[in-house]
Formats: sequence, structure tokens, C-alpha cells
Amino acid sequence: MKNKYSIFSLIKNAFSQHENWKQAWGNPEPKKEYEAVIVGGGGHGLATAYYLAKKHNMKNIAVLEKGWIGGGNTGRNTTIIRSNYLWDASAGLYDHALKIWENLSQELNYNIMFSQRGVMNLAHNLQDVRDLKRRTHANRLNDIDAVWLDTKQVKEFCPIINISQDIRYPVLGGTLQRRAGTARHDAVAWGYARGADAMGVDIIQNCEVTGIKRNGDQVEGLDTTKGFIKTKKIGVVAAGHSSVIANMAGLKLPLESKPLQALVSEPVKPIIDTVVMSNAVHAYVSQSDKGELVIGAGTDAYISYTQRGSHDVVEGTLKAILELYPIFSRMKMLRQWGGIVDICPDASPIISKTNIKGLYFNCGWGTGGFKATPGSGDLFAHTIANDEPHKLNAAFNLNRFVSGDLVDEHGAAAVAH
Amino acid sequence: MFVINCPYCGERDQSEFSCGGEAHIVRPKQPTELSDDEWAEYLFMRKNIKGVQFERWNHAHGCRKWFNMVRDTSNDKIHAVYKMGEKPPVI
Repeated sequence: MKNKYSIFSLIKNAFSQHENWKQAWGNPEPKKEYEAVIVGGGGHGLATAYYLAKKHNMKNIAVLEKGWIGGGNTGRNTTIIRSNYLWDASAGLYDHALKIWENLSQELNYNIMFSQRGVMNLAHNLQDVRDLKRRTHANRLNDIDAVWLDTKQVKEFCPIINISQDIRYPVLGGTLQRRAGTARHDAVAWGYARGADAMGVDIIQNCEVTGIKRNGDQVEGLDTTKGFIKTKKIGVVAAGHSSVIANMAGLKLPLESKPLQALVSEPVKPIIDTVVMSNAVHAYVSQSDKGELVIGAGTDAYISYTQRGSHDVVEGTLKAILELYPIFSRMKMLRQWGGIVDICPDASPIISKTNIKGLYFNCGWGTGGFKATPGSGDLFAHTIANDEPHKLNAAFNLNRFVSGDLVDEHGAAAVAH
Repeated sequence: MFVINCPYCGERDQSEFSCGGEAHIVRPKQPTELSDDEWAEYLFMRKNIKGVQFERWNHAHGCRKWFNMVRDTSNDKIHAVYKMGEKPPVI
């Protein structure tokens, strides 16, 4: 790598007031032709480019981003990482990602602040208890660490939780995955961008795709706001806007795009050292290193690309948070925002070829794509390079909506939608 | 969040309504003769338009009646509301 980050480079740059750090990635104009083009410069897209260059030796590739890298859902999510999904296919996919997360800072020479602080999922009724216990058993059969905690153990693990049995949705227990946790979301995009750039990948920002050119059933290139770019392979990783790109190629996808909201509080001293999620009452919370509570709310129940989200959704989430954590009752919320998530009917992603040659889609991550970033990039790169899926993403093909072989993960999705 | 002019009740908050997704997807007349591809198209594939979209809504916490709406999904602006069975307006 060109400029390796280390304690020595930090000391050296301290002498010049940190004014001489080199740009971590370049700002090139697009070439006329690339071996492959990735549409979407979020974490998943940049990771795809990184692994295409690193593992599949494809150096003449570009990542096109309509805004700035990591400015979409990568910079808008609540940074939770876990792999405690129910079905074998999902367990394989998400745990593949979790294993890469564990060494990612070292591999990228970039501190992504990965913190395995544990993720706890709460149960509030008898059906939750049965479902979550079943999920811990399924997880353990797939070598994923998961334990069931009763109400007292939940309180021990996170002392600020209200375990009164008199509240509307009392805590009846929960599951805990200790290897799960959080990472700094921007750093993931920046680390992959720097790594990909160092291997010769062109990262082109402020470049929106406006059309896909086909010759019969083979892609030939892309129309963009920076002109036509010729390529035989297009990997689309456009999250909420996947359908917009698909429509350009005359394809329909089984997706609906909805705003998902998050919010952060004013910063306070450390009060919660883990991530607690509750599917039933639609609330999850963790604390950032800056001290803000990071709170995830639900989706608006209608298609929208507005990147805002409705006030009543936030209100519902905060009511649930206050019942579970009365200690937060006087805290002020600092910022609120929305991101557009592409939701699949079975709450599982699509990492797949299409019936158009050279056109690949990585989409449908819905409300929980951040956790899969490294694994998703790795497997999508494999799919694009070999023109066939890796065994870990074979189940996540587009054809499952025709065959009926769905991967129903509604129960393991972060919050019910 | 926005205000919807229910054709039966008048203006109400959007939170009283639930969205039934893309409108005018016709239920197959002879389901037994459908291929797997046609079923997938009917059940799952959606236009998911960024822009003017025709969709179905239900006044779930009101009159509980279904109706159609034309809305721009890029800014949530509502262009028209019309009853089930009525001809979609030209936008």
C-alpha cells in the first residue's frame, strides 16, 4: 500500500500539524472502457471492487457513485453487526461476513473500530420466547455463538433495562450473540475505497448512471452524467435505488423501497456497553464512541424515496425505548435522518446474475445490510468474476421468486416490517 | 408523513391508512394455467417507481375502505385519489 498507516506515520505527521496527509483515494475522470463497472459507491459496492481487484485480479474496474462514497445507507445505518439468522443459507452468508469483520482493520490497514460488544435480542411475549429459543438452537447447529438469557440474566448483562413485569411489553428473556457488535460505518467505506484505489480501481464520485445499453441480451455499457462508459460486466449495488437501475435495463425486481429512520441523542457518558434490539416493540439502541445513543426506528409502511421518514414512526420507537429504559426519559435527541431501503418479500438479499448477460444485482438487503458488507462484497465479486455464484450466495439468486425456494428471515430481521 | 384525502371521509393523517402497494395488478383469470414465471411476475415483481406511482390504500383506522391514489414517491406529493373501480386519471 502506498502510504501505510502506523504509529510512525502518525508521529511523523504530528510534527506538521497533520496537514500533509496524502489523499486516501484519487478523483479520476472515467476511462472510455472498463473490464467491469460497479454501480454504487457504498460499503457493499466498494467492497465488491476491492475483492474483484484483490482476489480475482481484475484491475481495470470502476465504481460509479452518484453522490459521494458512503453518503447513502452506508453512512445512515445504526452500524450493527451480527450473524444470528435462522436458516442455514443465511447463517452461512452472515457468518462469512462476521469472520471477515474480525480481521478487517488489519487487512485494510484502516481502523474500522470493530467492537464485539455483543448484541442482545429481547423477547416480550411467549411466541417471542419460543421463536428466539428456536433461533439460538438453529444458530448453534450452524456454529454461531448464541445463548438464551432469562429475565434476570438480561438485567445482569444490561443493568439499565427495566424488567418490571407490569409494563406493556415486559422483558421475558432474550438471546445474546457475544461475537456481534458494531463498527464505524464511514470508516468501512473509506477503508475499502482506499484499499481498492491502491490496487488501481477508479472511484468516480458525482457520476450518476442514466441508462444501461444492451445489445440483445448482453450489456454493452452505461450512460452516465459523465458520458458513455463501455463495459461487458455491470454489478449494481444501488440499495434503495436498485429498481430504478433495473428499470433502465428493462428488468423488474421483487423489491419495494421504503424510508428507514435512525436518530442519535446528545452525547452522554458511557451508559450502555452493548447493543439491545427488540423486534416486537420496534426499537434498538447502542451507544457510539462519541457518547450518543444510536437508535434505530422502523420503516414507513409505503414506498418512498424521500430519505426522510415519518414523525409518528420515531415517536413509536421512542415510546418503546422509554418504557424499556426509563433512565433516558430526559435525554434530548440531536439528529434524525432516513435512508431508502430495498425490501425483498422474504427479507433476504439478492446476490445474483440476471437473464441479461453481464448484468448482476446485489440488492434487497432491506433494513439490515451493513452487517454483511465484507461478505456481500466478497461473494458478489466472486459471482461477477466467475459468472456464477459462490456456494454461500447460491440460495440468494433471483430465480428463487420463480421456484418458490424463498429464504424467509422475517423473524431474524432487526425489526418487524 | 402526509395528509390523505380519503374519498369517503375527507382529509386525515397518513398514519390512519395502510398502503397496499402497486395498483392495477390484475389477478390472473385462470390461475391453474399460469407458469411459474407468470406467478412470480404476479406475486413478487414490482415496478417500485421513483416518481409518479399508482397505488392502493386502505383507510385502516377509519372507514376501512380501499381506494386508489396517484402519488409521486420522490417527494410524497399526492396527485389524485379515486375510488376502486373508477378509471385511473391521466397524470
